[in-house]
Amino acid sequence: MIYDVALNIRYDYTGAAAGGRHLLRITPLDVPRQQRLIAALIDIDPQPSERRNWVDFFGNPTVEFAFRDAHDHVGVTLKARIERLEGETQQGLFSNLGDMPNLIRQCRDLGPLSPLHFTAPSARVPTLPEIADYAAQVRQGLPDRVSCEQVVAAIGHALHRDIRFDAKATTVDTPVAEAFEKRHGVCQDISHIMIAVLRSLGIPAGYVSGFLRTIPPPGKPRLEGADAMHAWICAWCGPDAGWTDFDPTNNCFVGLDHIEVARGRDYTDVSPVKGMLRVAGRQTSRQAVDVIPVTS
Amino acid sequence: MAGRAHPSQRDMRLFDNYRPLQGVPDELCDASGRMRPGWAGLINHLSRLAPDEITHDFARGDQYLTDAGVFFRSYGDTTLSGRDWPFSPVPIILPDVEWSSIATGLIQRAELLEQVVADLYGPNTLVSRGHLPAALIAQNPEWLRPMVGVKPHSGHFLHFVAFEIGRGPDGRWWVLSDRTDAPSGAGFALENRVAAARVFPELFRKTNVHRLAGFFRAFREGLDHLRRDPAARIGILTPGPLTDTFYEQAYIARYLGLNLLAGEDMTVQDGRLQIRTVQGLVPVEVLWRRMDSGWTDPLELSSQSQIGTPGLVSAIRQGQVTMVNALGAGVLETQALMAFLPKISKFLTGERLALPNVATWWCGQDAELAHVRANAKRMMIGPALSNRMPFETSAAHAVAGQMRGADGQSLDGWLTANAAQLVGQELVTLSTTPVFDNGELVPRPMTIRVFLARTPSGWQVMPGGFGRIGAGQDATAIAMRSGGSVADVWVVSDKPVDPVSMLSSSDTPFQRAQSGPLPSRAADNFFWLGRYVERSEGILRLVRAYHSRLDEAATEPLLALIRDLLATKGINAAQALPDGLQATLTSAVNSASQIRDRFSVDGWAALKDVEKSMNRIALSARPGNDAALVMSVLLRKIAGFSGLVHENMYRAAGWQFLTIGRSLERAAMMAELLAAATSPDAPEGALDLAIEIGDSIMIHRQRYAVTTTRSSVVDMLALDPQNPRSIRFHLMSIRHRVEDLAIGRPHAQLSDFERQVLELDTRVAVHSVETLDSRALSALRGDILGLSTALHNAHLH
Repeated sequence: MIYDVALNIRYDYTGAAAGGRHLLRITPLDVPRQQRLIAALIDIDPQPSERRNWVDFFGNPTVEFAFRDAHDHVGVTLKARIERLEGETQQGLFSNLGDMPNLIRQCRDLGPLSPLHFTAPSARVPTLPEIADYAAQVRQGLPDRVSCEQVVAAIGHALHRDIRFDAKATTVDTPVAEAFEKRHGVCQDISHIMIAVLRSLGIPAGYVSGFLRTIPPPGKPRLEGADAMHAWICAWCGPDAGWTDFDPTNNCFVGLDHIEVARGRDYTDVSPVKGMLRVAGRQTSRQAVDVIPVTS
Repeated sequence: MAGRAHPSQRDMRLFDNYRPLQGVPDELCDASGRMRPGWAGLINHLSRLAPDEITHDFARGDQYLTDAGVFFRSYGDTTLSGRDWPFSPVPIILPDVEWSSIATGLIQRAELLEQVVADLYGPNTLVSRGHLPAALIAQNPEWLRPMVGVKPHSGHFLHFVAFEIGRGPDGRWWVLSDRTDAPSGAGFALENRVAAARVFPELFRKTNVHRLAGFFRAFREGLDHLRRDPAARIGILTPGPLTDTFYEQAYIARYLGLNLLAGEDMTVQDGRLQIRTVQGLVPVEVLWRRMDSGWTDPLELSSQSQIGTPGLVSAIRQGQVTMVNALGAGVLETQALMAFLPKISKFLTGERLALPNVATWWCGQDAELAHVRANAKRMMIGPALSNRMPFETSAAHAVAGQMRGADGQSLDGWLTANAAQLVGQELVTLSTTPVFDNGELVPRPMTIRVFLARTPSGWQVMPGGFGRIGAGQDATAIAMRSGGSVADVWVVSDKPVDPVSMLSSSDTPFQRAQSGPLPSRAADNFFWLGRYVERSEGILRLVRAYHSRLDEAATEPLLALIRDLLATKGINAAQALPDGLQATLTSAVNSASQIRDRFSVDGWAALKDVEKSMNRIALSARPGNDAALVMSVLLRKIAGFSGLVHENMYRAAGWQFLTIGRSLERAAMMAELLAAATSPDAPEGALDLAIEIGDSIMIHRQRYAVTTTRSSVVDMLALDPQNPRSIRFHLMSIRHRVEDLAIGRPHAQLSDFERQVLELDTRVAVHSVETLDSRALSALRGDILGLSTALHNAHLH
C-alpha cells in the first residue's frame, strides 16, 4: 500500500519571537520489511537561518533549524510518499512473560533497538504505584504461563475498557498520573499509560509517533486520531519476536493503516516539534494531517 | 612564653600530649608512636605559641576567608547543603615521597577512566564482552544518549577530574569516589592554601611546601591548547549564583583569567558557540564545565533546564566546542562501576589498580547479592546508580546492617525487592589527622579531594588538595556526614621547592593583555548595580530630609511633597528605615553577586557592609531626628562604596555600564525633584529642599548669597556642567561613556541609544533657566529613563 502524507504545523505568536532553535521529528522512518520511505520534503516558513539533518540515538531522522531574526510565526510542512508493507507474522515466536527477566539480563546490546533502554522509568513515564496495581490486576486475569503477545493484547483490551478517549480532556503536558487517575486522555496519554503497565510487568516498552490513514478502507470504521499526528506503543516480546507495535487508542495491533515516524522511550524522545522559544506573548498552534492511499 | 626564651630548643609539647585513636592510622603519629616525617616544624611552631598568639594567628585565616567572601559548603548533596564547614588551620601534611605514589595511582585511574568513558560512548566493548552489565549503563541517567557516538574534538573526554581519597586501616590509600562530571573544590583548595599561609607565614616560607600555582598554570595552558582559533575565548560554565559553589567558581575564574559564563550568556550560530557581549558575538571554544551535563542544553538534554544553551550539543557534535569534561562523563561516577573497575583495568590495560577503590558489590548478580546479604554488618548499601556514597544520598540505604529510610522494610526484604538497583560497599574506616581544640591537638578522621588536570604533557596532579575533616572521633567514612571542617593539604619536601606563581616566566616578552569582552548579561548587572546604588542614595537623602523636618515646625505641604517623591519609588516615608530602601539595596547586592568574578573584593565587602549596617539599624531606628542621623551614617557608607568603585575600578566596559547606570539614575531623580520643587504650586521651602538633596548648600551660598530662587536652583542643579549633582553633568557623563564604548568599533553607525544620548545632552545644553520649567523637567525625566530601554536594545540583549 502506497500513501501520500501531508502534515501542516503552524505556530502563531502574539508577540514577535526573538530567534529560536528547534528540532523536528516528523519524517517517516524507513523500516526494513515494514515501511519504505519513497520521498519526503520538509518546508519551513519563514526561511530558517540554519538547517541541518541528523539521525538521533534511536535512529529517528531529525531536522534542526534556527531563526536568527524576529518572527511571529513558524510554519512546517511535510510532504512524503511511503510504501507500507505487509510485514511478517511472528506467530509462535513470542517469548513467555515468565522468561523475560532472564532474557533481559542476558542482553549485552546497547544499540538503539536494545530492549534495555525501555525497561526503566523515563521522563514522561515515571514509576507509579497505582499503575503497578492496575498492571497486577491485569496479570491476575491471565494464565500463569502466558506469551508476551497475549499480555500486550490483554492490557490493550483492559485499557480500551477503562480509559476513555477524549480529544479535549488533556494537553500535551498532562502528566500520565493525572490522565490515569481521571481515566481519560488522547493517544499520547493512553500510550504512556500502556507503556507504564508493560514496564511494570517486565516487558520493555516504548513510544511510537506516526500517522494514520485518514479515510478507512471501505467497510471499516474510521480510526481515532487520524486528524493529527498519532501515537502508539511498541513492546519487546523476546529476542525472537523482537518489537511488536500496538495501538491502544484503537485497541489493535499496528497494521497497514499505521505509518511510523519516530520511536523512543516516551513522548519526550519523539516530540514532533521541540524548541526553545523566547516569546513575550502567548502562542497558538494548529496541526493538520492527510494520509491518502495512492491508487495507480 | 617559655618557648620564646629558648629559640634554639625544639618544643614538642603538643605532640607529646597527642593521643591517636586505638587501631586507627594517624597522619601525625605512626603505628609505633613516632612522629611522621614533615610535621616537626609545625608541631614545634604551634607548641611554642601562647594561647592568645594562637588565637590571633588563627584569626588571620578566618579573616582572609571572610574578606574573600568564601563560605564553605559541602558540595552537591542537598541533604548537606547550607552547612558551614569552618576552616581548620592545622594543615594535613604528607611527605612528597608518599604523595608521588598516590599521584601515580591516580594518574593510572584517570587514564583508565578515559578509556572506559570512550568505550561507553563508542564501541561498547566492555558491555558486549560482559565486563559491565548492560543494565547499569542503559538505566543510568548520566549516560547521555545524545552524546553516544560523538567523539570529543580534543580527542579526550576527561581533562579535569577529582578523586576523594582516604587512608584505610592497613595504611594504604583508597579511592572513595570518582568526580568526573563537573568536580568542584579546586578553588576551595586554593583559598585554603592562602588562608593557611596567612596563619603560618614564616613557617610556610621555611617549610618546603609544594606550591599549587604550577598546577593551575599547567591546567590553564592546557586549556589554551584546546582552542583552534586563538581569538576564541575560554570560559567556565556556571549554573549561576544560586549554586553553593558559585563563589568558588567566581574565585577560580578571576584567578585563572577565564570568562565566567552562564548558559544564557551564550548562543549557538552556524554550529559555533558564541558569547553575547556588548560588542556583539565573540566565539568561545573551550568550556570548563561546572554545570552538571544534563542541564547544559534544554533542546537535546533535560528540557526542564532553564540554565542551558540551546544548540550546545549540536555545536559539540560539529566539533566546535571542547567541554572540560565531555558531556556525559558523569556516568563514570556511578558507585556500581567501582565493582567492575579492577577487572576492567586488567582487561583494558593489563595492569592492576595501583590504588584500590572501595570494595564494591553490585547486587544485581546472585553471588554478589548473597555476599552483601551475609556481610551487611560490615557494609554500607545504597543506590547502585548514585554518584554518591550510600550514606550521602537521600534515598533509602543501610549502614552496618541498619536500614535508613525504607518505610520500615526489613533489610532482607529491601535487598530482595531492589537487588538490581543496589550496591554494597565496604564500610571503610579513615585515618585521623590532628585538629586544634582547646589548647590541644586531637585526632579527627579525614579525606582528601585530589585534583588532576590533563596538560599537553599528560596528567598533572595538584600537589595538595581539599581536606575534609570529620566532626567526631568515629573513624568510619560516614563520620563525614555530620559535618566538620576543611583544611589545607601540605605536600612537603626535604629539599627546597620551586616557588612558582601564575605569572608567566620572564623569558617571554611582556605583552599587555587586552581585557576580555563583557558578556551582555554582566553589562546589564553592572548597569543595574549603578542604578540601584544611586537610587538607594537618592532615597536616603529624601528620607533624611523628611525625618529631619518631622521634629521641626515644617509645613505639612512640604512633607507631603517629599512623601509623594518617595511614594513614586515605592517608599513609605513614615517608616524610620523604609522596607523599600532595604529592597533597593538588596537589589544592588543581587546585581553585584552575579558579577563577582569582575568585581573587586573590597568593593563587594563595602557593599555588603552597607547592607549589614542597614539590617542592624532597621531594628532600632525611630522616626524623626534619630532616623535622620541614621540616614547620614548610611550615606557615608554608600559614599565609601562609590569611592572605592571610582578610585579602584579598571576603566573597562564594566565600569562604563556601571557609570551609565549611576548617571542615568541620578539625572532622572534630579529631574523629578526639580520638576516638583519648581512647580508653580510648590510649597514654601521646596527650593531649599532641592538644594539640600542636591548636596549643594555651600556652593549655592557662595554663589548666590542667601536667597534661593527658581532660577538659581535650576541653573545649579540642572544646567551647570560643573556640578556633579546636576542633570547636565550626568548627561555629559553618559555621553563620554558612550564614546568610550564605541572605541574599537570603527565605521560603526550610531545606535539609537547613542543618538538619543547625543540628542538629549544637546537639548539640555541649549536650555536656559527660563525655558527649563517644571513641565520641561518632567518631560526630561521621561526621556532620561527612556535611555534605559535604548541602551538595552543596543547592548544588553
